[in-house]
Amino acid sequence: MRSEFRFGLLVAAVVWVAACGGKKEEAAEAPKPEEKVLFVYNWSDYIGETTIAEFEAKTGIKVTYDVFDSNEVLETKLLAGKTGYDVVVPSANFLERQIQAGVFLPLDKSKLPNLVNMDPDIMQRVAAHDAGNDHSINYLWGTTGVGYNPDLVKKALGTDTLDSWSAVFDPAIAKKLAKCGISMLDAPSEVMDSALIYLGRDPNSEKAEDLAAAEELLMKVRPYVRYFHSSQYINDLATGEICVSLGWSGDVLQARDRGAEAEKPVRVAYTIPKEGAIMWFDMLAIPTDAPHPGNAHEFLNFIMDPAVAGGISNYVAYANGNAASLPLVSEDLRNDPSVYPTPEVKQKLHAHLAESQEFSRDLNRAWTRVRTGQ
Amino acid sequence: MSRNARAVGDSSPFVLAELMAWIKALGPYRWASNRLRSRGMTGRTAVISVPYLWLSLFFLVPFLIVFKISVSDIRLGMPPYDPLITWASAQVMELKVNLGNYAFLWEDALYRNAYANSILTAGISTILCLLIGYPMAYGIARSKPSWRNLLLLLVMLPFWTSFLLRVYAWIGILKNNGLINNLLMSMGVIDEPIVMLQTNFAVYLGIVYSYLPFMVLPLYTAIEKLDLTLLEAAADLGCRPVKAFFKITAPLTKGGIVAGSMLVFIPAVGEFVIPALLGGPGSLMIGRVLWEEFFNNRSWPIASAVAIAMLVVLVFPIWILQRVQGREMGAHR
Repeated sequence: MRSEFRFGLLVAAVVWVAACGGKKEEAAEAPKPEEKVLFVYNWSDYIGETTIAEFEAKTGIKVTYDVFDSNEVLETKLLAGKTGYDVVVPSANFLERQIQAGVFLPLDKSKLPNLVNMDPDIMQRVAAHDAGNDHSINYLWGTTGVGYNPDLVKKALGTDTLDSWSAVFDPAIAKKLAKCGISMLDAPSEVMDSALIYLGRDPNSEKAEDLAAAEELLMKVRPYVRYFHSSQYINDLATGEICVSLGWSGDVLQARDRGAEAEKPVRVAYTIPKEGAIMWFDMLAIPTDAPHPGNAHEFLNFIMDPAVAGGISNYVAYANGNAASLPLVSEDLRNDPSVYPTPEVKQKLHAHLAESQEFSRDLNRAWTRVRTGQ
Repeated sequence: MSRNARAVGDSSPFVLAELMAWIKALGPYRWASNRLRSRGMTGRTAVISVPYLWLSLFFLVPFLIVFKISVSDIRLGMPPYDPLITWASAQVMELKVNLGNYAFLWEDALYRNAYANSILTAGISTILCLLIGYPMAYGIARSKPSWRNLLLLLVMLPFWTSFLLRVYAWIGILKNNGLINNLLMSMGVIDEPIVMLQTNFAVYLGIVYSYLPFMVLPLYTAIEKLDLTLLEAAADLGCRPVKAFFKITAPLTKGGIVAGSMLVFIPAVGEFVIPALLGGPGSLMIGRVLWEEFFNNRSWPIASAVAIAMLVVLVFPIWILQRVQGREMGAHR
């Protein structure tokens, strides 16, 4: 019996050593010309209907397109390494930390002639996360605000317009809305930051007292929150299953479009609360161990084509960082202040910086207490 | 059918035997088999070692890797934990073992609550499965033999659809705009939809629904083997049916009860998908806590410690139970 066990261990050890040895050999291989394939990992519901097909037709590169719905999932895969993806789309605050961890390839800007189309203002804002814009380009950007169903809200509150964070953060109001359903993103930093904005504090604060204040506020409204989820609310807003969501601008606007198309139309609206909001950027980047970096550059350049970027914005209802595409964005969207905010609203939008590792733990711990009520 | 099988079987052992004789005559085979036999390796031990090999490859090795991560330090990088062994110089090896991750689990009430809540949820689900599954299994085992296979097939039929899809289907049934609420509202039974989705009720429903077949099948096997004459004897001696059930049927099908309960309880403790899809924000389960440690905190070491601790929490009672059972089985013999 014991000898068999030892034998098993021995075999396991041999397999292990063989596996480790294999890795080194792989690295020593000479670079081969890239196969005509590309692996893209993007957010769910986050690309034009025909974008991928157009890219394939233009370049002959076959795209495998996968989706995720949380930065955390993407980050864990990236940190584990060997994701097999060539292009990924983290938010800027996550990208900032991932660059420090050595996850991304510096971009070869000579392969990206379409960089001239990018909006200098947006480039400058994201340079706060990615110095010199060396590792990433902006894909789309938006705000974290309040999406709601005016008809259901009117039934509950007597008014059909919401313009303040109080809809989700004031217990008295949230209580009235609880019956028709409140949802919040399951994204700790975004919800906590929004709570701090409502409280008139600095959303990027890492002070314990600020976190405690945000937690206390959320604890009071959590009994009225139906669920915390980062993608389900799109459908639920569109079908009237819930009436108020703390959510991402474009997602709510997608819900608005789906709701309008439904057999029994459902109205959905989005507001950037008057207290201010978080402005976030989703960035295209190439992992260090991407198997097809050449194709990935080609894809990035393709996305920066004004017609392509405009087409994506028109479909997903998010603003893009491509200045040259603005004339190609539909008038409705371009003039919609909830997508392209007015300059005075833009002043109230806060950047969303990466947290330190220590604060991250405290934040997530507080978030678990909020989510579970214990 | 059986005749055909024998006809095929008749010729193949003959060919096989010839082949074996030929192999055995080969020098290298004789050398190798003598070598192995001198070390206590015979054909039988070789066969037995296959499952050991399997377990060590797919259980022991991953377990050791997880254990290794659970005693390492977190860092910002790929992978996001420090190596245990570093070479300070060519000869000096530094081994750093961080037991703080386990201490951390003990200090924060979150983890204890999550373990307790998971075990409670799994326990209640198991009892519900048993209460529903036992009559089902009993019914199937006592039905006409021609019906049994059909009924068993019906129990297993849901497995032909993806587990995830079946859980998603419950969302459609339970939600405010869903099947049940729309039906009740159109019949005028209720005016306002009953909130069922994202509640603990939905979690129990999901777990019981998903794991019921795992309870029914072992129970069916145990009940089917039950000797009916024992019940007849009990009735002849004046024992009431209810008493006979608890005195005879239940003890004799204990093996099935234990096996079914284990098959439901163990996966239910670590269940992640059902609480995530059907549960409300308050359902704190250890699977979810582990997910958060891993994904939100990027703390692979703590997540690994949570996993190891869960294994210890689960394995110990199961081991005791098996020993007790094993002793009882021995006593019967």
